[in-house]
Amino acid sequence: MGMNEDLQKQLINDLLIESFEGLDRFDQYLLDLEKGDGGTETLNGIFRVIHTIKGTSGCIALTRIEKLAHVGENLLSLLRDGKITVKPMMITALLRLSDGLRDMLRTLERDGNEGSTDYTELKDLLTKLQDPDVVFVDETRGSSWGLFDDDEEIVATPSVEDVPEPETIARPALTPTTAEDAPPLATITPITSAPSASPAAEPAETVAAVATDAARAPARGSVADSAIRVDVGQLDRLMNLVGELVLARNQIVQHSSDRTSDGLAKASQRLNIITTELQESVMKTRMQPIGNVWSKFPRIVRDLASELGKDIHFVMEGNETELDRTIIEAIKDPLTHIVRNSVDHGIETPDARKQSGKSAHGSLLMRAFHEGGQVIIEIVDDGRGIQVDKVVKKAVERGVLTADRASRLSPRDAFGLIFAPGFSTAEKVTNVSGRGVGMDVVKTNIEKIGGSVDVNSESGRGTTIRIKIPLTLAIIPALIVSSGPERFAIPQVSLLELVRLEAEQARTAIELICDAPVYRLRGELLPLVYLNRALEVKARPDPQAPVNIVVLQADGRPFGLVVERVSDTAEIVVKPLGKQLKNLSHFAGATIMGDGQVALILDVLGLAQASGVISEVREQTLMDQTDAKTTAAADDRRTLVVLRVGEKRRVAVPLSSVARLEEIQSKDIEHAGTRAVVQYRGQLLPLLRIEDYIAGGSAVSEWPELVRVVVYNYEGRSVGLVANQIEDIVDERISVERTSGEAGISGSVVLQGRVTDVLDVNAILSMAGPDVAETALAA
Amino acid sequence: MNDSRQYCTFHLDGLFFGIEVFQIQEVLLGQQMTRVPLAASTVSGLINLRGQIVTALDLRRRLGLAPLPEDREPMNVVVRDEDSLVSLLVDEIGDVVNVDESTFEAPPENVKGVARELTTGVYKLDGRLLLILDLAKALQTPGANARRSPEHEEARAAA
Repeated sequence: MGMNEDLQKQLINDLLIESFEGLDRFDQYLLDLEKGDGGTETLNGIFRVIHTIKGTSGCIALTRIEKLAHVGENLLSLLRDGKITVKPMMITALLRLSDGLRDMLRTLERDGNEGSTDYTELKDLLTKLQDPDVVFVDETRGSSWGLFDDDEEIVATPSVEDVPEPETIARPALTPTTAEDAPPLATITPITSAPSASPAAEPAETVAAVATDAARAPARGSVADSAIRVDVGQLDRLMNLVGELVLARNQIVQHSSDRTSDGLAKASQRLNIITTELQESVMKTRMQPIGNVWSKFPRIVRDLASELGKDIHFVMEGNETELDRTIIEAIKDPLTHIVRNSVDHGIETPDARKQSGKSAHGSLLMRAFHEGGQVIIEIVDDGRGIQVDKVVKKAVERGVLTADRASRLSPRDAFGLIFAPGFSTAEKVTNVSGRGVGMDVVKTNIEKIGGSVDVNSESGRGTTIRIKIPLTLAIIPALIVSSGPERFAIPQVSLLELVRLEAEQARTAIELICDAPVYRLRGELLPLVYLNRALEVKARPDPQAPVNIVVLQADGRPFGLVVERVSDTAEIVVKPLGKQLKNLSHFAGATIMGDGQVALILDVLGLAQASGVISEVREQTLMDQTDAKTTAAADDRRTLVVLRVGEKRRVAVPLSSVARLEEIQSKDIEHAGTRAVVQYRGQLLPLLRIEDYIAGGSAVSEWPELVRVVVYNYEGRSVGLVANQIEDIVDERISVERTSGEAGISGSVVLQGRVTDVLDVNAILSMAGPDVAETALAA
Repeated sequence: MNDSRQYCTFHLDGLFFGIEVFQIQEVLLGQQMTRVPLAASTVSGLINLRGQIVTALDLRRRLGLAPLPEDREPMNVVVRDEDSLVSLLVDEIGDVVNVDESTFEAPPENVKGVARELTTGVYKLDGRLLLILDLAKALQTPGANARRSPEHEEARAAA
């Protein structure tokens, strides 16, 4: 099993932090117990600390730590269960246990291994103490560490004898007999390895170290010192405050632009930059590497594989990929389920594999990476793949699908059937999977956090499950729409496209099938939901006003939401609704808009269900869903930002390279040499007018008052592409219909029924000349 | 025993109510309110309290009292509800009063309906009665699925 080195390091780091904290608690508990303050809670606490250390160290093959902890745990479980009672020498022995573990952990932190100090004697002592009748174990040692005997003088005196000879200190591992007498702490920590100290002072210090742990070895850059645990609620509050600060900043920047004070402008510029950075830093505190969830998978796969008699080579890639902690929590179970499924259903037994001419050991790959502002997780196996005929047959048997429909199902559509509720193809129900609950729950859970699952499989070759999830739940891109005076935010993950119909056009284009409004979108019927009606908002729409249809996807099925106005896109901070509103399935939460007003976030799935556009026969839904899924899985589908250049020309750039869409005041534009630049997030952003580089753009020399800029990332730098209008964001299958000979254009596609040129941004950048790169660099 | 408690008082359609001081986070004047379509009629909307979203409950409506006249703006009494904050809309805030435990009495039998359900009792003050709101109960929305009544919808549309 290939355990990634980074992951191992991460696990060890976690173990160290957790264990050091735990052992500090452990010592405190012991002291309480000694004073007679400890009850059952204390005993449980003591037990848990050691139990956790044992478990965690065992998982990452730290056998020496595990073994020592194990012996301790045995004793503690007897104590906890009341089978034996606490005796002073027991406390002493347990404190030595704590020190021994601490020493090994410190060695681990410093040298990367558990060291070689011998703890046989300590282990023997801990084992002996398990005997309920034992009254006394090895008096010298017992009393030498009996720090908590009533008479403190006794403590100090005998311990003098126990201080090892200086030579022993230097080579602790070589002399186990002496190490037996020396407290494990003393053999390693600098305190006792400073033999110049007077013999009288030395033991006292050692005693102090054991008793309070105050004189811990001064490990430089210890993980326990450089990391602290913070209450997530605290981070959330911090995030809220930063959000408020951003609003206040916006207002100040707004007002400062009304005035002509130079000082104020500069200060507000700085405030602007600092606030943005602060916001990003706070956001980062909530991010965790996905490896935190993954760490348990090698174990799960190993156990499961051996249980099922399979030989699986498990590889994980991209452990460092960061995600918001709430998302990490939410994907834990779905991922576990998918992995178990792959091991159980996907990968065959060694015999079966050999028969089909494959290597006896199967491969399972899990990888995570960032793509277009989302995190992609893929689970790839080289197993038997999904057998289409079997899936379809089962689906018909289970009544998920009619036989007639099944016969017309394309192989790719069939894969989507595995996400149907009550579906399982496992021939025998194992305790692992095959109970027909699973993939549908996986899908629901992932969709709940705004993600999606695709499945792709080749019979006999393997299956790939691809999960797309947003980076963070807390901040999402959204489209703001209005209904009457109210604004609503629609998460962009659900957004397919926008259609605007002039009033004239709408009268004929929106048709009714038994009162159900539909619109023909490229020949397909799109069910429509009127936001006003769905929310029971009274409004008298202007019959002359154009009709805006926001095409959304819910449960893999498109529908059109008719809204009065489409305002803008914005990054919004998602905030939960109070319990008084939790029952409203139409809303996913609320957010605070730039002007400080609250806007509700629409729950697209809930809205669609409540409006009845996706509650049709499951069969129908499934069909479309699989269609949508497979289309989405196709590589030729990309999201494009559609821009208007000049008066008429529509061009598009891929969203994946777009960092942000910005509006800049023309008075903020400065000139560096001949190049127009603008100060952007503490850097100089060179501005390129698209119309200067492609034909057909009217080469106007004046900047409009409000300049619309696409911040485009390339090679770690940014340039601003200036367009007249940012029209739309469209998720479309890209079919380059003609390859253009025109400079700056890589080809044309049909988007929303209109021919749109796709910009060749690299060509434009090279036309713009090397100074663009230099300007960006010079910043 | 002469135990004394502190109550923050407020007026609601001629009634005099109190909530224990420690349960109150702050009192605010009229706030920008975002309506929540489809919500229970007792939910007035959402307000932004320094970046936190607070649900505002119309306490008059909750107690089945007549709505506040259009020309009067309610005050927000922000209370803590587990992890979140809820604002109770009241007519007007009163003083903080110290009351003597001995003057407390359970609501008399003839107080019926929601008013009885939502009051834990009455303090007999000089010259008037102080009703004590059962905060936990008041914060539950009754029949949370209940849509706004049509008249109310009308009233809001007209507003």
